[in-house]
Amino acid sequence: MKFLPDQVVVRLQTGMQTPDLSGTRYRALELLGQGGMGAVWLVQDSILQRPVALKILTAENSSADLAARLMQEAVVLARLEHPGIVPVHDAGTLPDGRTFYCMKLVEGKTLDHYVLKLPLRERLRLFQRIAEPLAFAHSRGIIHRDLKPSNVMVGSFGEVLIMDWGLAKVLNVTGAPSAQVPGAVEESSLTKQVSEQVMDAFGGFSPAKQVSGHEFTRAVKPGASAPENATAHGTILGTPGYMAPEQERGDVNLIDQRTDVFALGSILQYLLQEPPGSQQSDSYSRPLRAICAKSMSAEMSDRYRTVQELAADVGRYLDGMPVSAYRENIFERTARLVSRNRVAVVLVLAYLFMRLLFILFSRH
Amino acid sequence: MSNKIVLGLVLGGVLGILDGLTAWFTPAVRAGIVGIVFGSMFKGLIAGVLIGVFARKVHSLALGIVFGLAVGAFLAWIIAFMQHGYYFQIMLPGAMVGLIVGYATQKYGASGQLQRA
Repeated sequence: MKFLPDQVVVRLQTGMQTPDLSGTRYRALELLGQGGMGAVWLVQDSILQRPVALKILTAENSSADLAARLMQEAVVLARLEHPGIVPVHDAGTLPDGRTFYCMKLVEGKTLDHYVLKLPLRERLRLFQRIAEPLAFAHSRGIIHRDLKPSNVMVGSFGEVLIMDWGLAKVLNVTGAPSAQVPGAVEESSLTKQVSEQVMDAFGGFSPAKQVSGHEFTRAVKPGASAPENATAHGTILGTPGYMAPEQERGDVNLIDQRTDVFALGSILQYLLQEPPGSQQSDSYSRPLRAICAKSMSAEMSDRYRTVQELAADVGRYLDGMPVSAYRENIFERTARLVSRNRVAVVLVLAYLFMRLLFILFSRH
Repeated sequence: MSNKIVLGLVLGGVLGILDGLTAWFTPAVRAGIVGIVFGSMFKGLIAGVLIGVFARKVHSLALGIVFGLAVGAFLAWIIAFMQHGYYFQIMLPGAMVGLIVGYATQKYGASGQLQRA
């Protein structure tokens, strides 16, 4: 019996995975990422002469259910026209029958790689930018449900993009900005159909050139073993460490924008940690710790109601203002005011010192 | 944030009064403290308005500080010249007050246009 060499096996595997793009405007260039049920390909759009990313179901998972989920993900993304959310260009079915959607190719680094050498203030400013597209999605009634550093891309020019909306939950299908109080958002009948049909078929990878650092989202059925990328009604969806308690419990009906607030708080906590090997300690200021704690409260009602509120508190911290999550004592308040107005304080002290010297000299 | 001119006026006036009150610690001039306080306040008000107008026209912290210092020192020099002495004791605090007002108007004052908007 003669075995095939590894190189040949790899080539055969690649050949089988390569999508049939004949008769389409796309030409496959490179496999960017592969999950349990789908793949993201770098392709060339032959009409517009530009590279784009194509998210395609793998051949073995081309069921109608999964195809519908992929299409739903494309619909969700298409509804979210925002600079911080990857735009969808096209969607449909390939000649081999597999469903796909085409999106902008994002080149950059995932947040976990990007922030390694950033100072704290820049990390916090970056965090504020992460909150913007998320707030926009919430205003359109869409909850991401799988926020984590590896799902946030920072482009070459510092632009922030939130990736992988495969687990997104739709709360409001009208597309109109929701003015309702968080938690009071009603799911429509279509939404219920969509939201409970979870869209994790692609296992949490993003159409990024850098795919090595990706954690794969787990779908875990309560009380069952945890097959990678499995999907079923009522499953627990998300990434451990970034999942809110209600998400961990599988309380699908409780999930609202505060679920993303929890994940965003976890990202903030991640950003506040000093990189490995850093000389600085991991202890950061009490207001920042309080912001994290409030965002990550087990009780949904104790969290920030919206991501805007969370981002605004971080902004207040950056501006040297008091944050809503932390009640400072008189000494902390004084220290903050002095720190914020350092030059003015130095000038006044210099003036008083000079006056004191004059008084002393005039007496002698 | 208040208007730059108003901020300059208020700060110049208050610092001028405080500056004048310190004359009480100099026994030689204590008798004329009221006149000194009023004169110092008037000097502070003029300096504050000039610095406030400058801050409104020129949005530069460094130039604001330099202008404040120069205006404060010049007005103090006029006072010292009229007093025929105490140049150092009058000009140094006057320049310092101008510097503080120059910094404050640039840093904390809101421009008139913004306020109208």
